[in-house]
Amino acid sequence: MANHTLALRHQFDDVEQQKDASTFGMWIFLATEVLFFGGMFCCYTVYRSKFPVAFGHGSNHLDLILGAVSTAILIISSFTMACGVNSAATGAKNALVGFLSLTILFAAAFLVIEMSEWHMLYKEGLMPGFNFTYNEIDPGHVQLFFCMYFAMTGLHASHVTIGIGILATMAVRAWRGAFGPDYYTPIEISGLYWHFVDLVWIFLFPLYYLIARHLQG
Amino acid sequence: MITATVPTRDNYLTHEYGVKSWLLTKDHKRIALLYLASITFFFFLGGIFATIIRLELLTPPGDLVSAQTYNKLFSLHGIIMVFLFLIPSIPATLGNFFVPLMIGAKDLAFPKINLLSWYIYMAGGACVLYAMLEGGVDTGWTFYVPFSTSYANTYVILTGVGIFIAGFSSILTGLNFIVTIHRMRAPGLTWFRLPLFIWSMYATSLIQVLGTPVIAVTILLVAVERGFHLGIFDPALGGDPVLFQHLFWFYSHPAVYIMVLPGMGIISEVVSVYTRKKVFGYRFVAFSSVAIAVLGFLVWGHHMFVASQSVYASLVFSFLSFFVAVPSAIKVFNWTATLYKGSISYDTPMLYAFGFIGLFTIGGLTGTFLATLGFDVHVTDTYFVVAHFHYIMVGGTLMAYLGGMHYWWPKMTGRMYPEGWAKLSALVIFLGFNLTFFPQFILGYLGMPRRYWAYPEEFQVYHVLSTAGASVLAVGYLIPAIYFIWSLRYGKFAPDNPWNASGLEWQTTSPPPPENFEITPVVTYDAYDYSILEEMKVG
Amino acid sequence: MNPQFQLFPDQASATATHLDHLTVYLLTVAVIFSTLIFALIFYFAVKYRRRSGHERPAESGHALPLEIAWTVIPFLLMMVMFTWGASVFFEMSRPPDDAINVYVVGKQWMWKTQHLEGQREINELHIPLGRPVRLTMTSEDVIHSFYVPAFRVKFDVLPGKYTTAWFNPTKPGRYHLFCAEYCGTLHSGMIGWINVLEPAEYERWLAGGAGGESLASSGQKLFEYLACANCHRTDKPGRCPNLTGVFGSKVQLTTGETVTADEAYIRESILNPGAKIVAGYQNIMPTFQGQVSEEDLLQLIEYIKSLAKQPAPPAAGAARTAQRAEPKQNR
Repeated sequence: MANHTLALRHQFDDVEQQKDASTFGMWIFLATEVLFFGGMFCCYTVYRSKFPVAFGHGSNHLDLILGAVSTAILIISSFTMACGVNSAATGAKNALVGFLSLTILFAAAFLVIEMSEWHMLYKEGLMPGFNFTYNEIDPGHVQLFFCMYFAMTGLHASHVTIGIGILATMAVRAWRGAFGPDYYTPIEISGLYWHFVDLVWIFLFPLYYLIARHLQG
Repeated sequence: MITATVPTRDNYLTHEYGVKSWLLTKDHKRIALLYLASITFFFFLGGIFATIIRLELLTPPGDLVSAQTYNKLFSLHGIIMVFLFLIPSIPATLGNFFVPLMIGAKDLAFPKINLLSWYIYMAGGACVLYAMLEGGVDTGWTFYVPFSTSYANTYVILTGVGIFIAGFSSILTGLNFIVTIHRMRAPGLTWFRLPLFIWSMYATSLIQVLGTPVIAVTILLVAVERGFHLGIFDPALGGDPVLFQHLFWFYSHPAVYIMVLPGMGIISEVVSVYTRKKVFGYRFVAFSSVAIAVLGFLVWGHHMFVASQSVYASLVFSFLSFFVAVPSAIKVFNWTATLYKGSISYDTPMLYAFGFIGLFTIGGLTGTFLATLGFDVHVTDTYFVVAHFHYIMVGGTLMAYLGGMHYWWPKMTGRMYPEGWAKLSALVIFLGFNLTFFPQFILGYLGMPRRYWAYPEEFQVYHVLSTAGASVLAVGYLIPAIYFIWSLRYGKFAPDNPWNASGLEWQTTSPPPPENFEITPVVTYDAYDYSILEEMKVG
Repeated sequence: MNPQFQLFPDQASATATHLDHLTVYLLTVAVIFSTLIFALIFYFAVKYRRRSGHERPAESGHALPLEIAWTVIPFLLMMVMFTWGASVFFEMSRPPDDAINVYVVGKQWMWKTQHLEGQREINELHIPLGRPVRLTMTSEDVIHSFYVPAFRVKFDVLPGKYTTAWFNPTKPGRYHLFCAEYCGTLHSGMIGWINVLEPAEYERWLAGGAGGESLASSGQKLFEYLACANCHRTDKPGRCPNLTGVFGSKVQLTTGETVTADEAYIRESILNPGAKIVAGYQNIMPTFQGQVSEEDLLQLIEYIKSLAKQPAPPAAGAARTAQRAEPKQNR
């Protein structure tokens, strides 16, 4: 295991307090993210309760298989992230770097699937603002569905992308031996962030892909 | 009597020199001064816009500037004053400086994030300034849709991006304070021994952290709708413009508590020091701060009584709005009771505290008027509302801010301000303020709407009074700007505790050393315990 | 009294008087409490001013009875504010049934008002003394707000939606009309006058106009011009619902939901027919978005409203009348 010095920042009395503060800080940050996404979930709730039929029709145009696969991939990535945190705690440097890399890989796969879904919707004329030609039932409110879909999955995708950046940084630092059993706080709080990003998707998936499946498209 | 000595010890100002030592500092005290410089700049910029507005309103027709320029002026006045001045003001300057000191800590929990906060704030401010120079925005600070998304032809997105960025600064500051107050108090400093300023800052931070993300996502949706023509609030697509108002006010109502709670915290400190008594009803005042923060999230719909929300929703919001008035009233009564049988000195900070209590009372009472349903229908969107919020923001927060600046100036800079000039400007500000804003209550009830560039003749006399007041007020603000800067070079040197105040910040040097305390203090007594001070002096 | 120093605007409606009474209560409470606080501060500040540097005030910490008193008493006073305010608000929100209907369309930057009899006005509204008026309002573009200080009436005017306000004018005169929701460059120019006339004078004004057609009659012409009558037949069952008597009735949709056919429903059915389809019918109605203005929509709505009141056209015998009274056979 590589030698590293544990930096106790001057404002803290001891290492315990420092770790405590960092973790607490990340939880507060995640609270802000809940409110951030919450605003959009609120819009979704209002519009879905006003236009349930249109939302159902919109949902039927989303690819259920791709959606389910990307959900599975993201959940697995949370698992690999948790394994990574565990490796850090036990000082297994190579495993840590490996698990971080796997998580990044799965995240990238998620984004690829997402982008191809977006591309398909564009081709079908279902992308408001760029190419929206749907004209069957209640086009106005179906367009609203897709506005919300792209806004929310777009915001989520940006968080995934930022997450990839964070995890890549962590992987590089881990490779250089910055972490060990007595100091792996950045890995832990990156893990918290990653699990949050996964959790948001676990709400997004059923709300967008699984509603009104009994309706005919 | 104040005795002063030339400081010979190393302090945070003299510890390092050079631009880099300031721009890359991690010292919360230096970061506080960085913020002080920037928010002062934005204050005077917003003030210039207010001056032009008041000059235009001297006469009924629109004859000074064009209609669109006027609309841009009041929009930018609001945006700059709310987002770039009031929201950061006390937390980022006095809060940053004194929260660690008052709890006996060496710094905030995350000093690098603190510095990042300032850079983010500057980036947001720069964005807004750039938008302003390109032509500004004319949507009002409230950005109502569909005007802002589909009809305005000004720099809505750019300004929105600036506010979005500045919002992150607010969130990070709040996050820093919450963690610091929870985890870094000196040994023995339990929650109920904390000074009331800390309680206020804690409550403020809760609101900053939970409320700001909602305005962020709202601005994001407006920008996305405007930029990519995604109709989220667009009625033509079945979108709901009133949904925007719900999202906007969900943050912007608690935001006013972000603006006033820190001011209340300062008043608690000042009233205690200059009466040499514990604040009456300490626990009540402490809990009131938290109650205001929590209840403040439940009342946003009182901005929307005529916006076409249901009558029943309006009833609920009106009812809850009266609840949020109660803790503020409790504070006013407790401060007044603190004066009873105290030993009251008339130093400048105390004069500002008197002004705050009186003007906040009027502002708060008019707030209860606005919470009253039938009454609000008549006066909403009129000058009555403008008068109400200026009584709280300017008569309240800004006075508290100036009081706090005077109170803590010796600690921050090691210099005293000139007391005579300070008292004079406090008086000028008080008189100028009332002359400016009291006539606006009358204007509002008479029916003068807000955001009007030209108005009917019969309103002129009140506008003339208001503008006259504004000119006095402007002078009142310029005087401290001048003497504070003057005092940096020529002010008397300040002792460590010129006011004989309790509080950990007064137990270190003026100005403090970089590490705040040479030895970490251990606290065994309540806040505002002046008898302890006696013992410490003797012992 | 010098009009320049007026403190209260004209009281020109019944509600204005009610509100001003509430205002007096609010002001009384405010004056009492602010005077109390100001007086106490002033008195304490003078009486307890520091006379020497060695004063040691006794601690008076807290007093629970006092805290309770100054929590409960203000709260009770505020509950009076709430209840009284709510009662005035209910009055403001409930137009009486016998109110005259006037339509208002706001747009950047003017008010267009339409009487049922057909008179249109721009930035003006003439109404008779002593009869309640209900305004049904919409916007062509952004959010505006219809505000008449003398009546103490204000309500936002939104695009895509109808909102309502009402008043009962009790004093003849000319009163300011303002737009009270910032709406762009000439927001402060979106002003006008409400003219309250004695009943006889109002009749003269109505008659004096350029013999306009009633809204319902203009609506009927539009209904025929846009070929609505081809599908919405009144003489025999067609591919589309018969609109006779539909206004105000409960309509069942294909989703099973039941809605009331009010102004908003009719407007939506014209602009976005697929949103709500009547049970038993197909989604075949084309949209008229872009072909009808807000004022056109109001005329069509008035026409459809009038279909409830018109007697059945003289039918050839009772058979026809019986047919109409039967529930429609849906296909």
